Amino acid sequence: MLQRNLCAAAVMLACTPFIPIAEASSSDDLKEIRQQIAAMKAQYETRISYLENKLAQVEAKPSVTEVVPVALPEVVQSSGFNPEISLILDGKFGSTQRAPATYAIQGFVPNGGEIKPPGRGFSLGETELGFSANVDHLFRANVRLSIADDGGTGSINTEEAHIETLGLGDGLKVKAGRFLSGIGYLNAQHPHEWDFVDAPLAYKVFWGSRLSQDGVQAKWVAPTDVFLELGSEVAHGASFPGATNERSTPANGALFAHLGGEWNASNAWQTGLSYVRSDARGRTYTDGAGTENSFDGASQTWIANFVWKWAPNGNSSVRSFKLQSELFSRTEEGDMIYDTKTTPVQDNYRSRQTGGYAQAVYQFMPKWRVGYRYDWLDSGSVDLGPNLSPNNFAELASYRPRRNSVMLDWSPSEFSRLRLQLARDESRGEGLGDNQFFLQYIMSIGAHGAHKF
Amino acid sequence: MARISSKGRVMKIQKLVCGWVLALAMFPAIAALNVFATVPEWGALAQAVGGKNVSVFTATTALQDPHRIEAKPSLIARARKAQLVVATGAELEIGWLPMVQRESGNAAIQSGQPGYFEAASFVKKLEVPARLDRADGDVHAQGNPHIQLDPRLVLKVAEPLAKRMAELDPSSAAEYQQSFDDFAKRWKAAMADWEKRAAPLRGAPVLVQHKSFTYLLDWLGMREVGTLEPKPGVEPTSGQLAEIVARQKLTPAKMILRPGYQYDATARWVGDHTGLAVVTLAFTVGGTPEANDLFGLFDDTINRLLKGQEGR
Repeated sequence: MLQRNLCAAAVMLACTPFIPIAEASSSDDLKEIRQQIAAMKAQYETRISYLENKLAQVEAKPSVTEVVPVALPEVVQSSGFNPEISLILDGKFGSTQRAPATYAIQGFVPNGGEIKPPGRGFSLGETELGFSANVDHLFRANVRLSIADDGGTGSINTEEAHIETLGLGDGLKVKAGRFLSGIGYLNAQHPHEWDFVDAPLAYKVFWGSRLSQDGVQAKWVAPTDVFLELGSEVAHGASFPGATNERSTPANGALFAHLGGEWNASNAWQTGLSYVRSDARGRTYTDGAGTENSFDGASQTWIANFVWKWAPNGNSSVRSFKLQSELFSRTEEGDMIYDTKTTPVQDNYRSRQTGGYAQAVYQFMPKWRVGYRYDWLDSGSVDLGPNLSPNNFAELASYRPRRNSVMLDWSPSEFSRLRLQLARDESRGEGLGDNQFFLQYIMSIGAHGAHKF
Repeated sequence: MARISSKGRVMKIQKLVCGWVLALAMFPAIAALNVFATVPEWGALAQAVGGKNVSVFTATTALQDPHRIEAKPSLIARARKAQLVVATGAELEIGWLPMVQRESGNAAIQSGQPGYFEAASFVKKLEVPARLDRADGDVHAQGNPHIQLDPRLVLKVAEPLAKRMAELDPSSAAEYQQSFDDFAKRWKAAMADWEKRAAPLRGAPVLVQHKSFTYLLDWLGMREVGTLEPKPGVEPTSGQLAEIVARQKLTPAKMILRPGYQYDATARWVGDHTGLAVVTLAFTVGGTPEANDLFGLFDDTINRLLKGQEGR
């Protein structure tokens, strides 16, 4: 204590020459000087006591139990508020027996979606650019753009741009904007999460590769130990299986339920049932002969899905296995107009089509996986009213497309993957089998969000 | 007669409804605080600090690689009911927890809410990278997240955890404080014992498979002279392993440390080629049969280190 006082006095003395005594004539000035000295004294005393404490700490025997580093505030910069940005690069080399440009799946209505196999030779797939961040304490926003190189004429598509609630609670969540529908299993996964280069045939024919909704989705998770999620969507429904919607009434509605859990630490599963109804008003397609036909009616689809994942003790770093399957059934009922442009003929149209895929992916050692997928579709039989001639609907002639695919991929880290895929595609029609060979890389830079199960 | 019986039924229903309402009203009073712990160490700590006032669900086990967890449906279901999520933070759970939080539809456990507790934010982290580049492997921007193997830090986390529990469940605040005080007392005594027993380990040079033991080595004053992984999360090539074996002559290590969840082939190979003992440490609660709680975790870790120091 005495030491400290002496120190303080010495410090003050050392400081005196800098205090303008000569000008201190009035009592006000004196008061001010006293205040200044008091402030200085306080300041130096604090500093000295800090140094003394520090000295005491250093001198004391370093008791390991007491010297615990304290948390320092992390430096926050204004750029910390920037959204998480992710960029996913996808490049391919393809070699196919038949030209991808002429691809069509026999027995099913051409839907204008991205259903063609990847191009021949080196090609750039879709480059995905994603932004996401919490808007405030109530909302989160996600945007995902795909930059596609459609034969040199580049285009940017808004794959997703939606907001979602964070704070509703009670297991409720609402999404609005453009989002990937929660139906089925694979639908809400981004292409870079797929286990194969391309989408299953069923996704290609029933959704034009995936169902993207412009609308609102509400989901609720039940407060149970088993995962139970119920969801519903209403959407403008302008994309396949819907058609241009000029009205304000939503033309698409979807309901889904997902149930999931685990048998033990090694085995987890999820299953689901989904229903989609779409009102197609004037859904047109142009057939191979250049004739435009139009469908007016309702399209109803059911999906059942099942996924099982295995990893020894839930540790997927060395070995893991995934079995996944989805079954589809669609009924379309309404009127078909043949040749809308020149001599329109209209009558009833009814179809019931089914399909599905089953795939298994096995990680046999760290970073290496092998997979097999089987695709099947059944175009069923289309019932046409007496005014319509089946000969005028060559694309819809009954067929059962099949495809077998095998793949091998290597992921040196969670941000990169190289893949080899071989497929025998029998979806173009009788005697039009196609052998396909693809090499692909998928690389991700920037923020990499968590994936779904 | 019919009238009386219907009246009787009405009364019965009324009684039932009253019973239910009462039961529901009592529910919050008797219900424990639902805690969702991401990793076993925080599950064990939450149980130790929360005692009978908490019901703890631990999302992962010691046999799982904490970097490679999936947002499984069972986890979303549990997070939906949780009132408090106890996570490590420092990006350890970045691959699955944000998805579980969002998909659960549970507003209480979102980041920034009192129902979200990040252990690593209460301690000073080691190995904070000076630059962020994924070419450097699986680096964590906020520093090494495996803080649980320094008991001083466990205590640092326990205190705010008890406070947080009291904040979320004020009716039992005094009990949380009490059980924290009990825990802290027992913990400090145990720490003194561990440090005494671990004294011969001070300064011992070791090789580690992954940077899982930085805080343990820091606490015990042991020296890490190399990692088998050339970069965090990257498996070494045979050439890199040969280099490690060769380096053993220049900077000899006394043992190789590896966490139980990691691929053991690498450590075994180096062990066989250097003659060093490969010590498999629990890494967290449940990692070995002896590490059945937090006290057991450190008891067992020190036992194994001492045994490892004796050689193969």
